[in-house]
Amino acid sequence: MNKVMSNKAVIALYVLPAFILIVALIYGPILITGYYGLMDWDGIGEMTFVGLENYSQLIQDGQFWQSAKHSFLLAFFSTLSLVPYLAISLILAGKIKGSDLLRKIYLIPMLLSSVAIAQLWVKIYDPNNGMLNSFLTMVGVENPPSWLADTNLVLYAIFVAILWQYAGFYIIIYYAALKGIPETLVEAAKIDGANPIQIAYKIKVPLISGVIKVTVVLAIVGSLKYFDLIYVMTGGGPNGASEVIASYMYKKAFDTFDFGYGSAIAFFLLIITLVVTWITRKLTASEDEVQY
Amino acid sequence: MKNAWHKVLFSFALVLMFALAACGGNEEESEENADSGENESDSSKTIEFMHLWPEGSSKQHHEIVNSIIDEFESDHPDVTVDVEILGNEQYKEKLKVLSTSNELPDVGMTWAAGFLDPYVSGNMFAPLDDILEGPLKDKFVAGTAEAYAIDDVTYGLPLELNITPLFYNQRIFDENGVEVPETFEELKEVIQTLADNGVTPVALGNKDRWTGSMWYMYLADRIGGPEVLNNAINRTGSFEDPALIKAAEKIQELVDMGAFINGFNGLGNDEAKGYFINEQAAMYLMATWDLPEWTTNEDNPQEFRDSVEYTKFPTVEGGEGDINSYVGGPGVGLFVAENSDVKEEAKEFVTFFVEKWGERSVTDAGVIPATVVDTEGLDLPQMYIDILNDLNEASNLTLYADVQMSAGVADVHLDSIQALFGEAITPEDFVKQQEDALAAEE
Repeated sequence: MNKVMSNKAVIALYVLPAFILIVALIYGPILITGYYGLMDWDGIGEMTFVGLENYSQLIQDGQFWQSAKHSFLLAFFSTLSLVPYLAISLILAGKIKGSDLLRKIYLIPMLLSSVAIAQLWVKIYDPNNGMLNSFLTMVGVENPPSWLADTNLVLYAIFVAILWQYAGFYIIIYYAALKGIPETLVEAAKIDGANPIQIAYKIKVPLISGVIKVTVVLAIVGSLKYFDLIYVMTGGGPNGASEVIASYMYKKAFDTFDFGYGSAIAFFLLIITLVVTWITRKLTASEDEVQY
Repeated sequence: MKNAWHKVLFSFALVLMFALAACGGNEEESEENADSGENESDSSKTIEFMHLWPEGSSKQHHEIVNSIIDEFESDHPDVTVDVEILGNEQYKEKLKVLSTSNELPDVGMTWAAGFLDPYVSGNMFAPLDDILEGPLKDKFVAGTAEAYAIDDVTYGLPLELNITPLFYNQRIFDENGVEVPETFEELKEVIQTLADNGVTPVALGNKDRWTGSMWYMYLADRIGGPEVLNNAINRTGSFEDPALIKAAEKIQELVDMGAFINGFNGLGNDEAKGYFINEQAAMYLMATWDLPEWTTNEDNPQEFRDSVEYTKFPTVEGGEGDINSYVGGPGVGLFVAENSDVKEEAKEFVTFFVEKWGERSVTDAGVIPATVVDTEGLDLPQMYIDILNDLNEASNLTLYADVQMSAGVADVHLDSIQALFGEAITPEDFVKQQEDALAAEE
């Protein structure tokens, strides 16, 4: 068998199916999207080559930059939210009662489909009959805000739902990583007189720093290309107050039949994501992996 | 060694099998018509038909379609009709996606004017003038099939016709001692009284934006007459017409009075309708496609259905529009794909469909068809008879603005509407944005 595996032709044979799929379904469309981005095309009729015109339009498009700002805000809050997730995981991974049950509860939102989550939160935020405003009225708030209709609040209202949706995902990753830390290290620290906070801060967190870096990249990239809840809950409205890059791209390509421009936005989004990922990796790179 | 090669080949085949299985996963999505697949033979032809009336949300429509298809198939034993059903929004998306890969179904549903435009300029839809000149001559209500024409060639056959009355809840009106408004001033008094009594005057789901557009269109019509908005859109006039600015001011007047439900810019139309059905709002401006909700739909309480009445949109004092002018338009229509390999059969099918639909849609589904209906002897709820009769007296029918406009401009219009209602822009900026968008497209 070893002989077979070192045969180049066999390796190629094994790699081929996955390779074909990934080229046909991922890299091919990316290139094609880049190509469409250079066109003036309504998605159906003739294409005309316009060079970089779509991109120069994009640079001057105030709506695009506003949605980009919203995407980056989401990335910022998603990254920030990793801190409480990590704290929760540290507590869950410690030996507390019911940690198994709690872990499952945190994971439940991950199991729901995005559209169901969106509908759920739309109902919660309903300005007149919604759970949230009913509660606020009950505790004596007069004129509670009309969340999804309020241009100042809508973005943050949706962020709450998004962060809630992904909490379980990150908690489960951290939890698994923390469970992989050898018990002996923690015990040794205890014998040396370290308190739980010191153990968490000085031993556990450095040991899973690799995982933390990965989650930071995941959170940032996931936020930059985020689409689902925004599209279902507000469609980017009111007046673009909750538009993000992906929903703006979708709107341009599929609602206004401007496929060329939509493709340009998509390609630009890819570039932004690549650059940001690279920067994030640079910033979080450390000299050595921590080992004890 | 030979053995090892066998293993390699076997595992390779296994991998390939999974890959193929994954590729094939989508096919179950298309909902086959239960009876269609049976008598397939080599000579049989298949018409792919895509429509947007799923059994769950449009039961009666769904049943009429199925029975028309059954009838057609039994008349044409060599033709089978393959049906795929999607909800409204998904349908629109899928049609766009299919058209980009030139894989439109043989027969499908389309909307008039602006929606049609890119498909026609992309040469995707077949001209249907031969049907209009032939079997369906003079069958349509005047002005309906024309909405599907581009440069005098018709590409769609309308199925529905909708006008937009102002529905109101008589019980709430009585409780608050207000009369049905006939002028804008009276409408404002009604709204003021209701608002003072803590009743939500108007249910409006302006997340969907076209809902607010109806209010604006009516005010534009009542103030400037039926042609002002049309002219602005077809570029014989300007969107910066004083009447169009004034209409925008009136909208903000209503918003300031608290006419529309709290948080309307974040509510979808379905949610707004829910408020009206729950009798939490007194008025609701909506097209006649919702008539079954107020008359026959058993899901809504009888007392509610009894208290819903309708009125024509009030006139504005000193305005040029008259009360018999309506905002509305044909709803969906049927198209035949230009690259269909069963074009003749497809055309035969749409002709058959339009005829049968016209005979049955009002009585069975409560949909006003675009074909002429003889109300004599029809067993219908009174509201239908009244509206069908109003339709005969209509002085004008203004097609929904977002349907008249091309997709790009329609989006600007709808966004501006939402901003206007949200008081994020002034009436002057509101008209300017749309004038700029329209001018840029000329």
